[in-house]
Amino acid sequence: MSSQNLKKTDMIFGLCHTTDVEHLLPGGVCKTNEEKFVVLEEVIKKDPQDIIDDIIESGLKGRGGAGFPTGLKWKFASLSPEKEKYVICNADEGEPGTFKDRDILLKVPAKVFAGMTMCGYCINAKKGYLYLRGEYKFMLPELRKVLDSFHEVIKKIGYDFHIDILLGSGAYVCGEETALMESMEGHRGEARNKPPYPTVEGFRNKPTVINNVETFVNVTMIQKFGVAEFKKLGTQDSRGSKVFSVSGDTPKPGVYELELGMKLSDFVDEYGDGDTKAVQVGGASGFCVPRKKFNETIIGFEGIPTGGSMMLFNSSRSMYNVLTNYLEFFAEESCGQCTPCRVGCQQLIRGIRAVKCGQKSPDYLDALLKLTASMKLTAKCGLGQSVANSFSSIVSNFTEEMIY
Amino acid sequence: MKENIEILTKKFGRNREALIPILQAIVEKNSYLSEEAMNEVAKQLDISAAQVYGTASFYSFLDTVPRGKNIIRVCKSIIAEMKGKKEIIKTLENVLKIKVGETTPDNMFTLLETNDIGWSDQEPSMLINDQPYTNLTSEKVIRIINEYRK
Repeated sequence: MSSQNLKKTDMIFGLCHTTDVEHLLPGGVCKTNEEKFVVLEEVIKKDPQDIIDDIIESGLKGRGGAGFPTGLKWKFASLSPEKEKYVICNADEGEPGTFKDRDILLKVPAKVFAGMTMCGYCINAKKGYLYLRGEYKFMLPELRKVLDSFHEVIKKIGYDFHIDILLGSGAYVCGEETALMESMEGHRGEARNKPPYPTVEGFRNKPTVINNVETFVNVTMIQKFGVAEFKKLGTQDSRGSKVFSVSGDTPKPGVYELELGMKLSDFVDEYGDGDTKAVQVGGASGFCVPRKKFNETIIGFEGIPTGGSMMLFNSSRSMYNVLTNYLEFFAEESCGQCTPCRVGCQQLIRGIRAVKCGQKSPDYLDALLKLTASMKLTAKCGLGQSVANSFSSIVSNFTEEMIY
Repeated sequence: MKENIEILTKKFGRNREALIPILQAIVEKNSYLSEEAMNEVAKQLDISAAQVYGTASFYSFLDTVPRGKNIIRVCKSIIAEMKGKKEIIKTLENVLKIKVGETTPDNMFTLLETNDIGWSDQEPSMLINDQPYTNLTSEKVIRIINEYRK
């Protein structure tokens, strides 16, 4: 069944389904549809403050999941008098069930590089880095080729900005922005204390803007189409469209660009297999929504925000198996520097197994829920803090499956 | 070993930021980081061997134990489980005659499991070295392994 209420958009992948960067040149056209795409050259003639104001006005929030207002982040970094600043694109897409950055980087990498360059222009940084997860190393030759021609384009426009690609080495926690910077500096990917935030002290302790791959594309498209067009999409709290990674029990797994602010029930009508029991919104660190709440759940910053991972489970699936898979994942990927996360993840696995096999009474689940609440309060970074999301939403909505 | 790492320090530099790219390059060539390699890197970057090992051991792709020439990493995400990952592991164990975590006696393959590799829309999936293989079936896995054996 196809939902009438679901609004599909084509802002991220649209316009240029190509890795060509020639369309970024003055007068250049996109080969696929002959449309002009000269935005970069126009942007670097504007006043940086006006661009930042545009992005603030657009309401764009970070697409990696946390949802910090992009324009504000850029503004904070731009205000620093420091001469050395950096732009980082976070392509360490490790959240289970997420693969949209993979498609963005495979299909429209030039839009990502353009967004990074605009950011560099706004905050006065001369250097950008794309931190690509090690699992995506296969993309490197093609990305480097596109990047080379991109650098040529920048040179022709007469602008000075250089982007390097760095590779991760298989650590989920490096998707956390300060852990990523530790990794770039040659250390273990252990998150730093915040504040100071990266816009004040980031990479090499210099002011740094770090955004998700999709966020940079959004910036490029806002500059291309204007703030008004962007604001037509989504809702007051969740402007624009979002790229979703759809997987699990669905007849059509894949990457889809949809307007934010949709009802989960409309999403399930479109992508479910007719027997959807639950949707995990936002990956292992997100929330599990059971069928009875589909209708009241909004996907967006006013409801459940997401980095884009949407995993569908039908009634044949055991939610106990789903939860233990997530917990094993967290236990393995916890960097181990703070106790709540290091010990908490291990105890949650042991606890939930003990309840399942009857060693502990069902009441013990309440003690485990308290433990996740402590982890949310006391863990140092987003990894440990977000374990509570999936744990409490699965345990409270599927309590019987945890016990019997 | 000394000469090989000198080439790498020439390319990436000798400051701390060069450490991970250097270790990645060694793994790309030798499949893992030997004690000798880590000691040599420490010497050339003028940091302690513990710093090198401490960093390497943090990252799952920077192996510090011997690995085969081709490292197979099968995705073990929940979606992979749902789409038949167990079958794929069983097939690989049969074809290679090793268990997960082991290396074939001819040193050609190491079989490992790994967390989500970014192909949940096409599970089951695996990486062999850097190359992803998706929508796997037992037949497809056997074909792929035979290609690597050639």
